[in-house]
Amino acid sequence: MSRPSDHYDSPAPHSDGAITQPTLGLVGWLRWVWRQLTNMRTALFLLLLLAVAAVPGSLVPQRSSDPNGVTQYFTDNPDLAPALDKIQAFDVYSSAWFSAIYLLLFISLIGCVIPRTKHHYLALRARPPRTPARLARLAGFTTRTVPAGTDAAAAVDSARGLLKAGGYRVALYDTGREFSVSAERGYLRETGNLLFHFALVGILITVGFGSGFGFSGQRVLVEGQTFVNTLLAYDSFNPGRFFNDESLDPYKLTLNDFSVTYETQNLKAYGQPIDFTAGVSVTRRGQAAEPAEVKVNGPIRTGGTDVYLLGNGYAPTVTVKNPAGVVVFTDAVPFLPQDANLTSLGVIKVPDGLAKQLGMIGFFYPTQAEATTGAFYSTFPDLQYPLLTLNVYAGDLGLDAGVPTSVYSLDTDKMTQLTGGKTGAKSIELKPGETQQLPNGLGSVTFDDAHPGAKTGDFSGSVLRFASFDIHHDPTQVWVLSFAVLALLGLLTSLFVPRRRVWVKATEEADGSLRLEYAGLARGEDPALESVVSALADKHSDLLISSQLAAPAPEHT
Amino acid sequence: MNLNELSILSLYSAMAVYALAFIAFSFDLAKRSAAVNQAQGEELRSTAAEAVRSAGASGGTATLTRISARIVNDAATPYGRSPSLRVGVSLTVLAWLIHLAADVLRGLAAGRVPWANMYEFAMTGTLLIVTVFLIVLTRADLRFLGTFITGMVLVLLGIAALRFYVEVAPLPPALQSAWLVIHVFVASLGTGFFALGFALSGVQLLQFKREAAVSAVGAPGPVPADTASAWKNPLRFLATLPSAATLENLAYRVNIIGFILWTFTLMAGSIWAEKAWGRYWGWDTKEVWTFIIWTIYAGYIHARATRGWRGSRSAWLAIVGFSAVMFNFGIVNVFFKGLHSYSGL
Ligand code: HEM
Repeated sequence: MSRPSDHYDSPAPHSDGAITQPTLGLVGWLRWVWRQLTNMRTALFLLLLLAVAAVPGSLVPQRSSDPNGVTQYFTDNPDLAPALDKIQAFDVYSSAWFSAIYLLLFISLIGCVIPRTKHHYLALRARPPRTPARLARLAGFTTRTVPAGTDAAAAVDSARGLLKAGGYRVALYDTGREFSVSAERGYLRETGNLLFHFALVGILITVGFGSGFGFSGQRVLVEGQTFVNTLLAYDSFNPGRFFNDESLDPYKLTLNDFSVTYETQNLKAYGQPIDFTAGVSVTRRGQAAEPAEVKVNGPIRTGGTDVYLLGNGYAPTVTVKNPAGVVVFTDAVPFLPQDANLTSLGVIKVPDGLAKQLGMIGFFYPTQAEATTGAFYSTFPDLQYPLLTLNVYAGDLGLDAGVPTSVYSLDTDKMTQLTGGKTGAKSIELKPGETQQLPNGLGSVTFDDAHPGAKTGDFSGSVLRFASFDIHHDPTQVWVLSFAVLALLGLLTSLFVPRRRVWVKATEEADGSLRLEYAGLARGEDPALESVVSALADKHSDLLISSQLAAPAPEHT
Repeated sequence: MNLNELSILSLYSAMAVYALAFIAFSFDLAKRSAAVNQAQGEELRSTAAEAVRSAGASGGTATLTRISARIVNDAATPYGRSPSLRVGVSLTVLAWLIHLAADVLRGLAAGRVPWANMYEFAMTGTLLIVTVFLIVLTRADLRFLGTFITGMVLVLLGIAALRFYVEVAPLPPALQSAWLVIHVFVASLGTGFFALGFALSGVQLLQFKREAAVSAVGAPGPVPADTASAWKNPLRFLATLPSAATLENLAYRVNIIGFILWTFTLMAGSIWAEKAWGRYWGWDTKEVWTFIIWTIYAGYIHARATRGWRGSRSAWLAIVGFSAVMFNFGIVNVFFKGLHSYSGL
């Protein structure tokens, strides 16, 4: 039996054999459980269960792919969310129940495939089976008669030749009265099927173990900044379980410029981004800097890592001076885009050098416009009429508590708002190159122009851009791909190579003529079987007749 | 009139011709029912006897290895030439040509492949469904599915034109990849095969019911009056269609081609995801659904090979599978949140 016992192609179980003995014992039970686990019905059940189990993860946000969505879900459904969390609904694909299903499925798979491999190996070496006594009951059964003159053994031998040339494994059978050839082909079908299932196991194992050896990290770079591939240089870093950070190759990556193209011709898609290109240079240890480009669909692969371009935005350069004119803060601060026209939100923290700690929440509009309500918004993502507005807070930034704080948010609990909002004082509004005094004589703030020499009205280079990079190392990727390709190849072979048996039988009739019988048996899906058998019959009988014609005519007695 | 407007005009024209084809195909089904009516009577008895013979030991779905080779129409009631059927096919070919023109014009108007948002997916996907149908027609007489195919394409195009329409826009950077061309095209092609498999499986289920009813009539013992008359009415044309076993084999062949294309879609999508997002698999909603569909069809293939699951049960799996494909396209793309926010709506 090559297939699981409940494969439709396997002999039906004897009804009395199906009754298990009343006393099974431990070994008996284990064997019974194993047999249940490795039959087709269980595999089918587990496959369908897996499909069903994957659904909830698409209905509820997942921590792995959408952590903010999960936070939002907790806020929106304060009663439901904790209950869902208990059943791991926010981590479906790493949950105990989901894992249990696929692990069982793969145990079943292995238990199913190993005996089949053994059987297949034996089948590959066995002779094709004995010709059945009555071919008439088989598929494509057809007969031909050739006139007297050809001997049955020779006829069968020529059929053997034809079949062999057609890729069949053949065996001759001779009962004394009948000569026949039994042929089988399409072992590759089973090979492909086994390869497919093994490749699936390969994928599971590499994914399961391999992810532990990699890492992923993020880093934001403003134009002109350089990153060195070391642990501390990352904004965030998620190592796999077995990852050793000494294996990081400390190459340098500099963002030279970030260029963006927006649609301006097609008014219906006005302002839609067409291209993002990060021009970088990469310096490997002991080598000269090499220029490279990172694009959205075009990562660079260097120093054992893959560098992807995931996001971008503006990083206005802001300088704060104390009343004496001494610079206490100057930096290009990445602002997070809030909409398609890149209205951006950023936070500036000035902990030292002024009478009080200073925090500023800034809005940046690359092309500023004013609504009738007086609210500002951006009408185009490129720098046509840039404006920076700042709401100033003074007090305690909360940096000394030792609790890590995000650079993108300002905790205003212990601060007093000085401009904007309900203070009555207008927000500070700056165009590139402009400076204003801070309230209460705290000092001054400047929005630096990154390209001061430009013509008036040309703001295109006035604000630096930043790019956010994802940097990954995944040593298993190539393995997963290889197994996936093997699986695909196995699938194609197993679904398109027909496996069939064909028999040709020759019997000498009383009048000396030769009766030839042809028939086939499909093993698995084989739509072409009947036409194959009849084509073989035609070809073979033609061959016999034409060789008769070529041979000296037999004497007529 | 610019290229896109021409494309829209062509699309509406194609829809009109599809509608005519649909009418012709429906007319053919009605005529089939009438033909069956005529042939009923003693005919019913003899087909019943035949059905019993071919039903074999294991309840109607056995003997597959023997007849698997038959693509020919092994209908219970032979049905001759049908002018409306030929009109239906001709109109479908005509509609397909106009549809193709609409698709190509849209691509020319956009200066890229015409499958980058929901409107374009629907347009190209339905084009491929009809393409697959027409190609398969050259190898097997599945014209009786014309009503289903033209009807479905008409509905999908209607939704696309009314609900999904967006102006021509350039590709956002995230979609600028050769993988868009490959991945989406292969997925749409796979959908074409799944659609056909779905239709075949659906007809198979109906045919199976009919055959069961007929063999109940032909079986020895008292004739259950209601089963015989049940088949006098709504779907009599089934008697002119291939047997359930033949339909099942056809459905299987079509579905495994779909499955292979889907497997490739899944792999190509992962390769693309790796390039664009830095990971080849992240259980994004769209990835989840692609996986679910793949698993359902793997289940279908297994079911076909599992004793007791051939026949109607596996047919149901093919139907569930295609429903998931449609759900993935129409619901997941539009209403679910995820990285694949390219629907352009
Ligand atoms: C991860 C789980 C599995 C998946 C995704 C899967 C998928 C597939 C696919 C796609 C096929 C058809 C292609 C081919 O013949 O190579 C197939 C065939 C087959 N599988 Fe699996 N399989 C799984 C587990 C199993 C298990 C556990 C068993 C054993 C009980 C099994 C037994 C078979 C058999 C016997 C066939 C041949 C069917 C035929 O004769 O047409 N599979 N499987």
